[in-house]
Amino acid sequence: MEGSGLWEHVLTIFIASALINNFVFARYLGLCIFFGVTKRMETAVGMSITFTAVMVISSVLSWVVYKYIMVPYHLEYLKIVIFIGIVAAFVQAADTIMKKKTPALYYKLGIYLALIVTNCIIIAVPLINAGEEYGLFESIALAFGSGVGFSLALIIMASIREKLDLADVPKSFQGLPIAFVLTGLIALAFLGFSGMITL
Amino acid sequence: MKKVSYWAIFKNGLFGENPVFRLALSLCPAVAVTSGVKNGFLMGVAVFFVMTMVNVTVSLIRSFISPKVRIPAYMFIIATWVTVTDLVMGAYARDVYKEMGLYIMLIVAFAIVLSRAEVFASKNKLIPSMIDGMGMGLGFLLALVLIGITREFLGKGSLWGYDILHTRPLLIMVLPTGGFFAMGLLMGFLNWIDRKVFGGTGASSGGH
Repeated sequence: MEGSGLWEHVLTIFIASALINNFVFARYLGLCIFFGVTKRMETAVGMSITFTAVMVISSVLSWVVYKYIMVPYHLEYLKIVIFIGIVAAFVQAADTIMKKKTPALYYKLGIYLALIVTNCIIIAVPLINAGEEYGLFESIALAFGSGVGFSLALIIMASIREKLDLADVPKSFQGLPIAFVLTGLIALAFLGFSGMITL
Repeated sequence: MKKVSYWAIFKNGLFGENPVFRLALSLCPAVAVTSGVKNGFLMGVAVFFVMTMVNVTVSLIRSFISPKVRIPAYMFIIATWVTVTDLVMGAYARDVYKEMGLYIMLIVAFAIVLSRAEVFASKNKLIPSMIDGMGMGLGFLLALVLIGITREFLGKGSLWGYDILHTRPLLIMVLPTGGFFAMGLLMGFLNWIDRKVFGGTGASSGGH
């Protein structure tokens, strides 16, 4: 693909991954973090920023390694091991660099970095990129779109859960169970996006 | 560490610290693949296998791993076993694999596998570690099947692909949304049972 066709395709991937195939509501990934950090708005926003940045950079790294090292040497079957290695190494490096260079930012966002490695989305996106044989711009579009979609999910959920503290929830449903039911309701709303664009 | 019977370790994984309903870890697959009993079961088997083998491996080489690099080392052990599972499933269960291949690969990011390696297998001998892995894996399998039964029965009126009700009472249950509903309602229900019947606290430990 070339010219306007490529950009159209990139935009489609971006919108599809942010809204239609939203990772939380349509593909059910990243739930651990989703439920973990949405108790308060502040942590949700911090997580969103950190997550989107890590997502984009690590998927570019994975794309380069996949395209220029793994495919030429026929190492595709090692992709799980290699991608998790890349993500973990990158997160560790970002952690160390941030601590030295920008301590202020580190104390704000540092704790989210450590949590990101256990997030399925961060490893799912490179795997999808490799599976669909996306080019560089498409990979970035998918990574950025998923980041935006995840942020959207976190912020919606956090704003609802802050209000939920005031509600009278049955004892057995307090905490996670009611959070799940809530997520179901939001997912129902997100179903409305399906069919908007078909990939 | 004091002597604990193998049965107690096994039961802990199955009920006391059930990965899905009690620890609330690794929820993604619990919701993602349970639109049918069969998928839930196969996913459970994959996790059962990976957890047992990871616990065994970690327990065997625990004295060789420097504590400083233990997390990356565990990551690579897990990734290796996940790759094995992934390739085997891709070879022998082609049609199921097409549907849930991505989720099989994502076992690598499951907090539950890493946490058992860290909490249990790195401090215990081979046999208890194996039992712990099996108990936890089976607890996971049980949870997935339970959610799968609820969703498939309510959503499609069938179990394991066999039509039972001949109608579709609640189609919403097999859609993405239904996974969250089923999960929340089951969790709430189990908490209720725990409080009424066993007199427990009945609270799911929160998030991740």
